[in-house]
Formats: sequence, structure tokens, C-alpha cells
Amino acid sequence: MKQDFPKGEIKSIKARSLVIKGDDIDTDRIIPARFLKCVSFSSLGEQVFADDREELKGNHPFDLEQNKGANILVVNDNFGCGSSREHAPQALMRWGIRLIIGESFAEIFFGNCLALGIPCMTSSKQEITKLQNRINQNSNEIWDFNLQGLSISNQKEIFKLDLEEGAYKMLLSGKWDATSQLLDEEDRIKDTFRKLPYLNNFQ
Amino acid sequence: MSSGTLYDKVWNFHQVKKLPGGSTQLFVGLHLIHEVTSPQAFSALNEKNLEVKFPNLTVATVDHIVPTLNQQRPFSDPLAEEMLATLEKNCKFHGIKFHGIGSHSQGVVHVMAPELGLTQPGMTVACGDSHTSTHGAFGAIAFGIGTSQVRDVLASQSLAMKKLKVRRIWVDGSLQKGVYAKDLILHIIRLLGVKGGVGFAYEFAGPAIKELSMEGRMTICNMAIEGGARCGYINPDETTFEYLKGKEFSPKDQEWDKAINWWKSLVSDSEAKFDDEIQLDGSSIEPTVTWGITPGQGISIKEKIPNPEKLPENEQQIAKDACKYMNLEPEQPIEGTSIDVCFIGSCTNGRLSDLQEASKVVEGHRVATGIRAFVVPGSQKVSKEAKRKGIDKIFLTAGFEWREPGCSMCLAMNQDKLEGRQISASSSNRNFKGRQGSASGRTLLMSPAMVAAAAINGKVTDVRKLLQE
Repeated sequence: MKQDFPKGEIKSIKARSLVIKGDDIDTDRIIPARFLKCVSFSSLGEQVFADDREELKGNHPFDLEQNKGANILVVNDNFGCGSSREHAPQALMRWGIRLIIGESFAEIFFGNCLALGIPCMTSSKQEITKLQNRINQNSNEIWDFNLQGLSISNQKEIFKLDLEEGAYKMLLSGKWDATSQLLDEEDRIKDTFRKLPYLNNFQ
Repeated sequence: MSSGTLYDKVWNFHQVKKLPGGSTQLFVGLHLIHEVTSPQAFSALNEKNLEVKFPNLTVATVDHIVPTLNQQRPFSDPLAEEMLATLEKNCKFHGIKFHGIGSHSQGVVHVMAPELGLTQPGMTVACGDSHTSTHGAFGAIAFGIGTSQVRDVLASQSLAMKKLKVRRIWVDGSLQKGVYAKDLILHIIRLLGVKGGVGFAYEFAGPAIKELSMEGRMTICNMAIEGGARCGYINPDETTFEYLKGKEFSPKDQEWDKAINWWKSLVSDSEAKFDDEIQLDGSSIEPTVTWGITPGQGISIKEKIPNPEKLPENEQQIAKDACKYMNLEPEQPIEGTSIDVCFIGSCTNGRLSDLQEASKVVEGHRVATGIRAFVVPGSQKVSKEAKRKGIDKIFLTAGFEWREPGCSMCLAMNQDKLEGRQISASSSNRNFKGRQGSASGRTLLMSPAMVAAAAINGKVTDVRKLLQE
């Protein structure tokens, strides 16, 4: 299992891909609630999609031999809906996922991924289906993701991708880890505190 | 772009600065934490050698992992005990107030904070739990965050946020007898879809909303997230002020009048601009029950389970999956569906009025043979007040189990779980595959009164029939 987590500027990723099909895949499915009983994220990688994998008895995309070591995940609509648990992107990241491409993402999930340095790129239903088919036809293929060019390609074909501007800039500049930015101007934080009526006896 | 809405006003008050990436640094007025999503955030803080910036603005409780039968420490589950002990240690070290086991104020975070008066109009509230949207019922802007963001709030009392669009959902009329806030929100999610709210804050307004109690309003806002909206809110009014008056952390004396003046200034202006508006008739809504595997798959008690083939194309696949997983037949009525387990509780419906309404249905009846039914109050305060009113006795006499407060079977991180293919009538908020603790367990979401009716008849029942008796 890959343990070098994202850091710095995230401009390109070269890797094999795997596909999870289906709309509205919620975070309870990505990591069932019983695995939230932990004070560290470290073992979550092995438990990603635990119940779905159990049900498919070795035939789940995350179990198939040809998908081992893949770093790009291609999904469908409203991926990551439900709970705010960061355990879900953490589990995917610790399994090895570094990039997710889908039709759309739930908001909190998108934000959680961004905070970990995992781009969640979007494209139309039609393009995603085409991309998923290509990947499933040849799981050995290396895909070349280019953030600046908003695209992914396998040398033969190129797929255009989208990302909202804020996230795009944050990933490109390496400033997706928000804490240091938020601490940049402590005085302004204190100013805001001082002008909020409910924190100042409603003066 | 919205303007003049409560959302805009609260947002402006809390803006620290614009960040280079285009998002806004937003001050968080109330930060709620619990044992599941905070330990890794505290670790990250320690690793970076950072301290908690405003420890007085963070409040902790324990809810997800607490057992509901025996709360003696140490807990019999060593992992649960470790999580609680870690939270205790972190709170103590950083000087954060902890409403722990054994205190009068412990409970599900979205139940205990409002009833202590911690949640007030005009605040920004953040918590590492998606149902933080609940606190919008008070006219606060409240949203769920991930663990990295919990770390950010601890370190800086602020967050990088993108401003949402605002959709007003105007509900005319009055809810019929036997129809509750839960039915209304399930109906709205069915109408707008589970991702209909992505990118939006939902403002719930109109006569039917105005009529709701604070508890009903919390139920509505609680499930805004199930419709994809990061937050939902209701403009504060007399109902809000009445609820807050005299609460432990509410403003007191001269401050109270000043507070009300400020709160009144926050409501959406009559000429406010919304990015989107939707209107519906509350009086036409019937008791609503989910049949599928997303909260959007709800139908009225009078309807039949849909035939996936006859649904719009983009809903077909998930409907097929749902029928297969739920083992329910298309075009069969939902009324009469047999159930195994009944759960009344959770941050959606574990409040006093929920228990009270359900107890009215239960009184004078018995739980059907073979059904396991239990009530988990949302907090110590709810539990105590219910006992004072004799509500626990009504449930116990009818054959329900009465438990200690916690999140319990809503997400089943404690011992309360469905087993195998069991199917439950549940007052909670999510019917996802495996949600209630069994990988193949099944959940039908409905109001607490409907859960009570299901417990008595052993099958999905129109609660109005029992209320008429």
C-alpha cells in the first residue's frame, strides 16, 4: 500500500485507474460506521468499501488483482453523499487513491478531499461513461492527469475535466492545506471576534 | 447572487477576509466537537505545535459511541472507552468544556447544544458531523465539516468556505393532524432530490414553517443535508425567543433585550433576493415513508413502491438497486410492509416532543409480538423530562425498551444494531445500505409517531388510523 500522501503542488498524476459505478454512493458505503471506532486514520485503507467488498466476495474493483496499485478512481453522480466523516476520503487515500473523477461530488466530501490534496474532477455523464468503459477495457493502461490542462489522457484519447476555480488554485499552488493560510492574519481573526455582538454581551 | 437574506447578513458579520483561492475565511462562533471526528484533529494540532485559539468557543460532548444500556465506566467496548478517554484528555489539556457521561447535559450534540441555549440566532456553528445543519432552526448558519476542518477551527476559530447560493423553500398551509416535520422534510427531499441542494443553503419559510415548534424546525433543518444542502435555516421569531428564554447559556437580564433586537435585525428582508425559490402546499402532504436506500426515495403512506421501469431514466438504476437490496416488490403498497425492529431516537427525532407524540400513539396498546422496539432519548435532559412526564412508563408498559441517551442505532456505532436482513422502522435520518449496523440490514425512515404505529401493528401503518381511535 502506498503511504506517501499528497504534499505540495498537485499538478500531475500518472497512474492506472479503476472504476466504481453507481450514483449516490454514500460515505457509509465508502467506510461503514463500525470502522469509525478509532482514534487514528491509519488502518482505514484496508477497510474501504468493506461491506460492498464482502458482498462481492473478491470481485469488487478494490479487490481485483489488476486494480492493485491504481491511484485514480472514476465514479458517477453525487459521490460521497451522506456523513461528513473524513474517514471516507482518508480510507480511499490510504488505499492509494490520489485523484477522483466523477459526474458530481457531495459538498462536504469534496471539501474533505481537497483538504487532503486529492482533486475531485468532474465531467459530463457521457464522458464519464466513456472514460469508465476505456478503463474497464484495459486496466493496465497508464493515465496521465494534467491539472493545469484540466485533462486526463492515455496517449490515444484525451478527456476534458472541470474543477472550480478556488480548488484549482489551491491545488496548483500547493496551498490546499488551509491551516497555515487561516493563521496568516491573527489580528483580523481577533477583530472579527471583537465585533460579533453575541461574543461581546450584545454591545 | 442572493442579497438581504439572513444567510447574507450572518455571512458578512463573520467574514475575516477573502482568501487567495477565492474562498472566504469565515469566523466560527460556536464549535461543537464529539469523540468520532475530533481525535485526529487534536493529534494534527499537537504535531504542528498549535494551540486552541479560543477554547471557550468550543464545546464537547460524547454521543456516537456511548452504550445505551450500561454507561458505567470503563465501557465494556474497549475501543469506545478509548475514544471517550481521548476526548476527555484532549478537552482537559486544551481547556475545553466537556459535557460528558454522568453530567446532566450530555447528549447527542445536535440535541444538547440547543437545549442548553448554546445555539443562538446569528451565529456560525460548525461541527464534525453533517447534521450540524440542525442548528439552522435558530437562524444560525450551521454546517458539518470534516476532520481537517475541525483542526482548522481549533487552530484558528475559522474556516475556508465558499459562499453558497440561497434557495427559499416556501411552505403554504398547515400540516394535517398526524403529519409532522419529518414528513415535510422527507417530502421536500423526494421533490428536490438528494443532491438538489448541492451548492445551496436552504431557507425554510412560509406559514407551515412558522407554525412549527422549535423541535419541528430542528427536524427540518437537520435533514437539509440529506437533500444535499450544506445548511438549512429558519428566520428567528417569537417561537425561537420563547424557546431560548431562560436556557442555561442564553443571554440574561439586560443582555436579553439587546439580543432580541439584534436577532430581529437578522431575518431575511421582505425584498431579499434569493438565487432560487420553490413553493409547496404543506396541507397536501401525507405521512411519508422511505422504501429505498437514499432519503430521497420516499413515498406517501397511500402510495405504492415505484416500478423502476416507469421512473425517469436517471432514477431507474438506483431504484432497481433499492428494490433488490430492500427486497421490496415494485407496485406493492408500502402500507402493510412487515417490520422487525422499531427505533425512536437520533438527532433528527430524539427530542421531547418526538417522544411525546409517539407516546400518544402507543398509550393503551402493546408492541406486536416478535417486534423489538426501543426508545433512545436524545439527551440526559430529554430523558429526565420524559420521565417526569411519565412518558417512559407509557413506552415500557407497551413493551418498548427505554434506553440511555446517545446516537445509538441511527448509525450503530454502539451495541445497538440490526441483525442480518432485519428491517426497521426508524425515526433517524439515513436509510443507506448497512447504515444501522448490519451490512444487509434495511431501514424505513418515518416520523416517530409512524414508528410507534409500526411497532404496535408489526407493519407499516398510517398513524392517523391509530390517532382516530
